[in-house]
Amino acid sequence: MWHVLKQIVRAGIVTEPAPQPLTSVDGEAVQRIHRDILDILGQALTIRQVDAGSCNGCELEIHALNNPYYNIEGLGIKFVASPRHADLLLVTGPVSRHMEEALRRAYDATPEPKLVLAVGDCGCTGGIFGESYASCGKVANVIPVDATVPGCPPPPIEILRGILAVVQRRQALSGRP
Amino acid sequence: MALADLGLDLRRLPAPLPIWHAPVDREAWSAAARGVAEQGGRLVSLWGIDRDTGAGGAAVCAAYAVLDGLAWLELPVHPTRSFPDLAPIFPSANRMQRAITDLSGLAAEGAGDSRPWLDHGVWALPVAPLSYGNSSRLAGSAVLPTDYPFVRVEGDGVHEIAVGPVHAGIIEPGHFRFSVVGEKVLRLEQHLGYVHKGIERRFTELPPLEAHRLAGRVSGDTTVAYAWAYCMALESAWRCTIPARAAWLRALMLERERVANHLGDLGALGNDAGLGFGLAQFSRLREDWQRLSKEAFGHRFMMDAIAPGGVAVDPAASMLERLRRQCDDLEREVRSMKVMYDQHAGLQDRFQTAGRVSPQLAAQLGLTGMTGRASAQSFDLRSDHEWIPYEQLEVAMATQRNGDVAARVAVRFDETFESLRLIRRLCVEMPGDGVRAELRSPTAMAQGAGWVEGWRGEVFVALETSAEGRIVRCHCHDPSWQNWPVLEHAVIGNIVPDFPLINKSFNLSYSGHDL
Repeated sequence: MWHVLKQIVRAGIVTEPAPQPLTSVDGEAVQRIHRDILDILGQALTIRQVDAGSCNGCELEIHALNNPYYNIEGLGIKFVASPRHADLLLVTGPVSRHMEEALRRAYDATPEPKLVLAVGDCGCTGGIFGESYASCGKVANVIPVDATVPGCPPPPIEILRGILAVVQRRQALSGRP
Repeated sequence: MALADLGLDLRRLPAPLPIWHAPVDREAWSAAARGVAEQGGRLVSLWGIDRDTGAGGAAVCAAYAVLDGLAWLELPVHPTRSFPDLAPIFPSANRMQRAITDLSGLAAEGAGDSRPWLDHGVWALPVAPLSYGNSSRLAGSAVLPTDYPFVRVEGDGVHEIAVGPVHAGIIEPGHFRFSVVGEKVLRLEQHLGYVHKGIERRFTELPPLEAHRLAGRVSGDTTVAYAWAYCMALESAWRCTIPARAAWLRALMLERERVANHLGDLGALGNDAGLGFGLAQFSRLREDWQRLSKEAFGHRFMMDAIAPGGVAVDPAASMLERLRRQCDDLEREVRSMKVMYDQHAGLQDRFQTAGRVSPQLAAQLGLTGMTGRASAQSFDLRSDHEWIPYEQLEVAMATQRNGDVAARVAVRFDETFESLRLIRRLCVEMPGDGVRAELRSPTAMAQGAGWVEGWRGEVFVALETSAEGRIVRCHCHDPSWQNWPVLEHAVIGNIVPDFPLINKSFNLSYSGHDL
């Protein structure tokens, strides 16, 4: 236990400031993100990730988003185990024909108001795999998509930026302050 | 065992590793399999190929690893489009043969299990997707996937738990069907193929000099090993020798990929056993590691840094020095984490004896790679064969005998330290000539193979290009093919809540398997 505590102190807090587009002054960034998320959802933002056929590269970067550098739980964002608990679906692709129905059902199981963010070049366009007998291509070919994050795979900071941007855009559309 | 004992007409392929190709007839096909099995060799991969009869027609291929190298055997299957079943000799042949039927339309004769494996019944193609002359690109229909006939376990108090394809974590999709009594697992049956996206078909549509990008996306966590294996296969087919510096840089990236994955797994394994602290620390170390990969090779996973003929990036001496120094810093941290893991009673209680695969069972089922080494299956291409640059580095293979989660954790720690040692040497002794050789398409049909020890185990690529310089067939093999079925055995008798931990300790690829 002593070693564990010592290591925690030695490593310190490595969390970096959240990315813009949301703020002008660094110190206000986190509060502003909290307020945006609360305004829209009245609660923390919960995300269900669905791998609909990716090479697993995007999943590794979504995992990395959970490391202490990004500290997304500190922003009020949390990955959950069921689409029924989720506000936002984070979908990677291309959507394989074998995952098409599973993705549709995950979408249907997500309660309104729901957001869908397609992550990675394959999720955005079909990427190098394209459309074929086995691939439906981009996520938007199967379920409605609110926003996309290109990249192969996009680094964690871009995924976080995409999550924040889609939340903010929904806020603007809903006409609330 | 010597390859010569197989009595085959072997032709050495020009690859850095000892790889031979031989045409066989039906008798030799079965005899070679028995010969390899009797002498402790292993089945690496099975695949089908369908081409114009003028170019050889349809054939089934097997790759075997024996002491002195790899033998790629090719059996023509015209006109029956069937071949002798290998599953009674090598259990791992079962799923590979079913995949051959699904993708190439060739059948194993009298196979005990002929259920579709990668085909879920929604492709709606007139013929198998890799059949010769199949030009249909898009199929698509509104049909739902067919029900998979799982084996039913019956008895008092037995119930089923169905998991997937969408799993609870941030992981790839697949289906697990548990038959349990109370908390105890009686049987696990997997159903995979959910991320099949037609990769092998896609290869035939890409120019050979660009297809390394697709190879690098067969499995994102193994991008370096796949890109290297593909490029090795192309360089072998087109008879190109890459500069020494390029080979050294490839090895440097391969070892960095191994370390990155082991760091991620060591953290996740701590977390799955209830030690969130482990995940926080190891994921921090992994992030530092990936960030320097981005600086040195232009990409956090080093995707597309390996290209046909060599490498696409050439780090300066100052960067090599930074990469070397990072190994010192990381080693200090991982050594202190290892002390904490070793001394943590709660963690060791979960790790020890969980998901045990005895060396005997591992040998029988063909457990391979890093997971195999934790069950005393001592092979590692980096130390088994002399190839550039590993022949100069004297790689120390990490093995354990217990075959439980604790053993797989121990192998990861040992391999991390060994890779750090290798990276230091690769950085310091890096030879200084060019990093890219020119590749020219030959004017005849050409075959080549690539064989690389990825972090999970041996990655194998078999490539055939036509006289016009197009890809006729590119088969990619992931060691997960061998290890997924062994996971079904590893969980028998364990409790359901230990499954995520055992599964993570194997950490097998879905995308690399489903293709």
